Parts: sequence; C-alpha cells; structure tokens
Amino acid sequence: MRRASWFNVTSLALGLAFLYLPIAILVIYSFNASRLVTIWGGWSTRWYGELLHNDALLSAAWVTLRVALVSASAATLLGTLTAIALVRYGRFRGRIVFSSMIYAPLVMPEVITGLSLLLLFVAADVERGFWTIAIAHTTLTMCFVTVVVQSRLVAFDRSLEEAAMDLGCPPLRTFLTVTLPLIAPAIISGWMLAFTLSLDDLVLASFTTGPGATTLPIRVYSEVRLGVKPEINAICTILIAVAALAIVSASLLTKLHDVGRQRATR
Amino acid sequence: MSVPAPSVQQRKRNLGQRLVLWAPYAWLLLFFLVPFLIVLKISLSQTAIAQPPYLPTFDLAAGFSSLFDAMREFSFENYALLASDTLYLHSYLKSLEVAALATAILLLIGFPVAYGMARASRSWQPALFVLIVLPFWTSFLIRIYAWINILQREGLLNQALLALRIVDEPPVWLATDTAVMIGIVYSYLPFMVLPLYATLERMDESLLEAAADLGCPRWKAFWLVTLPLAMPGIAAGMLLCFIPILGEFVIPDLLGGSETIMIGQTLWTEFFANKDWPVASAVTVVLLALLVIPIALYQCSQLRDSAGGR
Amino acid sequence: MGTGVQIDPAARPLVRFEGVSKSYSGVAAVDALSLDIVEGEFFALLGPSGCGKTTLLRMLAGFETPDTGRILLDGQDISAVPPYRRPVNMMFQSYALFPHLNVARNVAFGLQQEGLPRAEIDARVQEMLALMRLQGYGDRKPHQLSGGQRQRVALARSLVKRPRVLLLDEPMAALDKKLRQETQFELMRLRERLGLTFVIVTHDQEEAMTVAHRLGVMNHGALIQVGTPAEIYEQPDSRWVADFIGDVNLIEGQVMSSSTDATLVASAAGDIRAAASRTSPGDNVWVAIRPEKLHIAAGGGDGLAGEVIAIGYLGDLSHYQVRTDGGPVLKVAVANVTRLSERPIGLHQRVTLTWAAASALVLTR
Repeated sequence: MRRASWFNVTSLALGLAFLYLPIAILVIYSFNASRLVTIWGGWSTRWYGELLHNDALLSAAWVTLRVALVSASAATLLGTLTAIALVRYGRFRGRIVFSSMIYAPLVMPEVITGLSLLLLFVAADVERGFWTIAIAHTTLTMCFVTVVVQSRLVAFDRSLEEAAMDLGCPPLRTFLTVTLPLIAPAIISGWMLAFTLSLDDLVLASFTTGPGATTLPIRVYSEVRLGVKPEINAICTILIAVAALAIVSASLLTKLHDVGRQRATR
Repeated sequence: MSVPAPSVQQRKRNLGQRLVLWAPYAWLLLFFLVPFLIVLKISLSQTAIAQPPYLPTFDLAAGFSSLFDAMREFSFENYALLASDTLYLHSYLKSLEVAALATAILLLIGFPVAYGMARASRSWQPALFVLIVLPFWTSFLIRIYAWINILQREGLLNQALLALRIVDEPPVWLATDTAVMIGIVYSYLPFMVLPLYATLERMDESLLEAAADLGCPRWKAFWLVTLPLAMPGIAAGMLLCFIPILGEFVIPDLLGGSETIMIGQTLWTEFFANKDWPVASAVTVVLLALLVIPIALYQCSQLRDSAGGR
Repeated sequence: MGTGVQIDPAARPLVRFEGVSKSYSGVAAVDALSLDIVEGEFFALLGPSGCGKTTLLRMLAGFETPDTGRILLDGQDISAVPPYRRPVNMMFQSYALFPHLNVARNVAFGLQQEGLPRAEIDARVQEMLALMRLQGYGDRKPHQLSGGQRQRVALARSLVKRPRVLLLDEPMAALDKKLRQETQFELMRLRERLGLTFVIVTHDQEEAMTVAHRLGVMNHGALIQVGTPAEIYEQPDSRWVADFIGDVNLIEGQVMSSSTDATLVASAAGDIRAAASRTSPGDNVWVAIRPEKLHIAAGGGDGLAGEVIAIGYLGDLSHYQVRTDGGPVLKVAVANVTRLSERPIGLHQRVTLTWAAASALVLTR
C-alpha cells in the first residue's frame, strides 16, 4: 500500500545521517592511536587503557553511577505513585497544581530548576553533595517516569481489576497481582529513562553538588572546556556503548517476548 | 455498553491510598514549588558579602513576624539593574532570537523526517522510531562534544572542505552563532520529530485520497489537509523545543563565542563567577515570566481545539 | 420461552432490588427501580444501549453503589458489601481474562482468593475445564485462544466459585452469529445442570428470548415490562415494548365500542376489530398487530383493502408493504411455504388484509 517516495526516503536518510554521523566520528576517533585528535594515526585502544589509570574520572564515574541508581529508584517509586494518583483519583483538591508541577520540569530550562533547588538547600542549610544531587535528579526524572507509566495506565483495561475483585480479591492484592505485573514494562522503561537522564545530567548536578561529589558529566565538562582530548573520546564511547547496549537488550527482550507469543499461537 | 466513567469506588480513601497521592505531592511541593518561592524572595533581597551572599536571609524559626520584617526590606534594585544594564537585555534578546530561529529550523528539518517516518512501511516504523529516540538516550554532553571534534579548526569539516577545494583557508566554525545553531538543532531534533510523528502517524491516509478524488493536487492537499491536521503536533513540538532552548546553557557555552551570550550563561556567570545571587534570582524570575507566554499560547490553542469538539 | 421450565415469580426472591437509583453527574442511569429475581431462574435484562441495564448489573456485582434504595441477596442487604465479598460472579463483556496468567491460573484465580488447599483448587479447575471442553488448554495464555475459547474460559472462571448468582454482561457480543447460537444453547444447558441463577444483560432481543425464563425490558433507567418471552411478545403493555420487541404495525385510532370479547377501533386505515380491552368509547388508543398475524389475500372481501407497494423476499419469509385505502402502510409477513414461482401476489396488486381479533392488541400507552 505505502509506496516510499524518493523525497520521503531522502529526508529520512539525511535526518538520520545528521543524527548519527557526529557520534560515529567520535567513536571512530576514540580508537585513534595519535594524541593529536585531528590526525588519524592508526587503530589503537591505548586511550581506553589510560582511562583505567585516571582515578579522578573513575571516582567521578562511581559517584555518577550511585547517584543514578538511587535517584532512578526513588523517581520510579514517586513517579509511579504520581501516575496512579493522576489516572485513578479523578478530581481531587489541588489536582491542577499537582499536574502542573509534574509537567513543568519536562520543559523547564535546567538552569532554573538547578538554581532554585540550590537556593532551597542553602536556605535550609543542608550540606551539599551526593544526596542533594540525588534529590535534584529524583525531582526531575520522576516527571519522566510519570509520563511513561501514565500512558500505560490510561490504556489499562479496568475490567481486569474489576474481574479480580469480582473473584474475591481485595483492592490492594488486586493491584499487586493484576495491575502491577501488567504495567511492569512501563515501570522498567521509566526506570531506565530516569537512570540515563541522571547519568547524563550536567546542569542540575553542577548547581547541587558539593565537595567530594563530582559527577562524570561535571568532570567531562571541565575537561571539554579545555579542548578535545582522546581520553574523553574514549569515555564518551564507553557511555554510548552502555546506553546502546541497554536499549538493544531491552528491545530484544520485547522482541523475544513477541516472537514467543507468535510461535505459541501457531 | 456505554457506561459513564467507571467510578468503581467513591468510598473514602484509606491511609495507604492517601499516601499514594501525598508522597509525590509533598515531594514536588518541597523540591519544586518552594524553591521557586525562595528564588522570588531572594531576587528581592540585597547583595551582601556574606554566606549566603544576600540580605535579609531566611529565618524560619523567627516565624511570620520576621517574614513581614523581611518584606519591608524587599527591594526592586535587582530588577532595576536588569532593566538598566544592556548586558541583560541583550542576552534576553539573544536567547529569544536563537530560540525562535532554532525552532523554525527544527520545524523545517523535523517535518520532512517525521513525514518520512509516518509514511514508511508499517514494519519499518518501530525501527525508525528507535533510531530517532536512541540519540536521546546518549549523553547530551557527549553529543555536543562530538560536534567540537568536527567543528574545530583542524576538525573533520574543515579537512573535508579543504580536500574538496571548496575553501582555501579553513573557516572558523567554533565559537560562532552558526556552531551554536548546529548544536541546538542537533540536540533538539528528536523533541521536534516525535510529537510531529505522533500526529502524522495517526492521520488517515484516505483523507489525502479523498482530497485527490475531489480534484485537489498533491501539493495543495498538503497545505489544505496534512498541515492543518498536523497543527497539534507542530504546536507541541515547537513548545518542547522553544522553552528549553531559551534557557539553554551547555550548548552556547561550549560551542558559542563571546558574541553569543544567552540568558542561561548570564545566569550561570552571575551565580558562579560573580556570586551575585540576588541578581541571578532576578534573572531567573524574568526568564520564567518569558516562558509563561509560549505556554499560555499553547494552552489557548489546545483549548480552542477541544472547544472545536474534535 | 427457551427451556420450558416454569418459574414462579411469586416464590421467595434470591435477588431483590428495592427502589434502587443511580445517577451520574445529575443524569439518572437507573431510576427508582424495583425487581425480584427468583432462585434458579435465567433472567434477562433487555434494552437499548444507555438504558441502565449494565449499571443495574454492575450494582449487583458491587462495582457501583446505589445512590438510594437497597439490593438484597437472600434477604441480606448487600448494598455496602464490596465486590470481593459478594457471592456473585460476573462474566465480562470483554472477558477480562488476565493476559499474564495462563488459562488454568485464570480459572484458579478466584479459588486462590478463598485460600483453598492446592489440591482442591487443581481438582476444581480441571473439572471446570472439562465441563467447558477446554482440556489441554490449561497452559495456554489468553492471547493464544480463539474468540470462542476465550469466552468459555471467562465462563469457567466465573462459574468455578459456584456463585449464588452468575452475571453475564453481553457475553456473546464478540462472537459471530453461528457461534452465538451454539453458545446460547450451551448456556441454557449449563444453567440447568448447575442449578444456578443467571442474570444476563443483552441488547439482542433474540438472544434474550432464547435463553431466558423471564425478561425485564428497560428504557431510560426504568423497567418497562417484566414477563416471560411469550408474554412480552404476545402481550406487550405499551407501544414502546411492542415496537422494541419484534416487528409491529401500530395504528392510531379511537374506540368505537368495547365489549368483553372485542374492541372496535376507528382508524384512518378503516375500522379494526381488536382484542377485548379495558377501554371505553371515545378513548384514543393504538392497535398493535404483528406482521405475521396479518393474512393477505388477493382481491376483495371482508377486511382492510389496499395495494401492495413493496415486496421483500427473505428466503423463509416474504415481507409485503400494503398501503391501505385509508392511507396507513402496514407490514405483512408471510411464510414461504410454497415455491416462489407459485407466489400468488405481485407488486401493485389489490389485496385484502384480515386477522383474528385476539391478535390485535389495544394499547393505551
């Protein structure tokens, strides 16, 4: 039915090339043997080896990972609760304020969120560091989790829950045995989204960080300001690989699930 | 059966159910709304050489009486400064200009890509969707950094231009408005493509066939049918791009030069370099006020759509 | 009447609705409705969509709470009992099978909630699967089943707890016509075998007439008429019911005379002899005659004279539209017991319509 016109194909191809070419170049140059980043000096994994000895980068990576784990988990919990409240509670007092607070951070420039959170921590005289970054990331990413889980809940067939209750299952147990398993894929992808957003964030972390809590983006940013370095190419490639691996495995999992379904149907 | 909105239980919510609502609500109030009120308050304070560097400071323990005392000391000096010093005015205007131009370019590039996706065969669409979303999952910083690689003086772009003998002298890309624009368009493309794709994909193709059947040429059908129906997606895509670009910091900081000072950078400098928190807060409040305009416009267009009874 | 079993409506009711009302944002879905359902009967709630029949069923299941009135089960007020504590089970229109559980675990779900020992659950699930001819399908997931199989799993799941009342919400809406007919008879056999009380909601009058002992015809949140299928069809007590159930000719007129054996009504189509009624001369009434109760004959004679203006051939039946000389057009259904070529009446032919007085009902509302 659908004929691919040359115009559609070309615009798609150009768009995708624009998106992927810079990343591809970065990945290729991370294997460049030459220290001069602009001259190709043959293939090498030398910069990856040097990363292992860069303690500052490694410790920053460790901080980032911990922040991402903690904030993604907290954001998934809070975001899921928010989605349930928004979808299931109908009208309640303060609903408009609540939903605005959920959607605002999605588009709000990060400098604003970052600055205001920092001023809160200063006003409350909280020592800044790991936990303040985690709180800032949780606040931002819970909104993304909400959007993901909410769309799944809206499409959820309520008669499944009614059927469970009709068969003698009390509300809380119904939620745990019927609703939760069925919205689990959305919760998991919400967690993954929150995790990568946290790994990625520079601005919020810069505002809310304190001594001893330098995250990888903060470290990379301060290095990048001084110019391109092959080590940075290498660490960026690793980060890209991690993200790509996560996505590919997630989509493979769903694919396998689908294939299993189709095969069983036959 | 058409049963009105299934209200399974309108019974009183128990403690657990109330917690579901109140835990995230309290979190957002504390970490999203209250901080803004603090920003507003500090923007009305005076700069001081102290820690924290502003007066009067908050003293929650002193209760409301001190709050009223503090209110009497509010000053609009910071806002007066913003209005009088052209540095601020310029960076606001620059941000608006960059955001508007970038949004327009994004729409021009994003629409054909989204259209191509929506018209691709059904079996290809999920894969294309993943391809568009994938860069979003890789670090923002890395993607900007990748462009530094390309745009620097001895970078690949200049190498290619020289090799093809398009230029004799390597042109300067980095630290220009062009570089900022490339970086912004590159980073925000998925935000424009996805809402456009979502609307275009839902569009019934038989509408175009009906238009053709009624004697409407294809280019005209695009103007008369496709574009009006894609309007919600266009509005959402523009909003999703325009607002964050307005406050963008990382891209102009890394790719831009001294002539591209956007408001995000001004805010950052006031805060981190000049340690002038009250002025930084005032800059934030004005930026927020600027953001309200596009959001209000968007809300209006949405209300009009729903009033049209779609 | 499907099963031929006589149900005594005066027996002690198993389910009783007492002045039950429910409204959504000011609009009444069910309006001060009272109804008794007797133990062991197959009761059908019939009505156009939006008439409140599903709301009534959902109130019995416990998903909606009545605004006013009481719902009694076995004499106990259950209005405030949550759905998971009611000895009532429902088969959903969408079947609502749990997509993440296989067939056996779907059927076992309700028994597990009662905390029964595993062995007993397994035994009862197997017994139920066998009854529903679903042996060997226990390990399948719902999406691996055909529409008919899914429907039987849903039925098995709602029956396995042996509910006091089984509620069926448009249970056959998703099935094609042939499968629907088979399933209707299967439902009737099941009810008889298990001796349970069934309440079915449907908008399909054929289905309701086939399966149910009694039906309640609903419109705008109220019960218009309750009775056996034959009563509802042969003795509708209002124009609305006569028109909603089956096909009918409604002729407006005025009573000329009313006696114990017949009513004489003057209408635009001519004078009509109808069944005896509690009316007096001068009353404005409607006469309802089913198309198959009219006899059509070529030529003149006693009865209403007219002309055939359209003929529809349906295979087993032929439908004639006859314009009476007085003006009104009447529908006539004739069984095609002879071959088409021998059909004696053609288009634009003059005909005469006759009927037995007892089959023409006089309706006052």
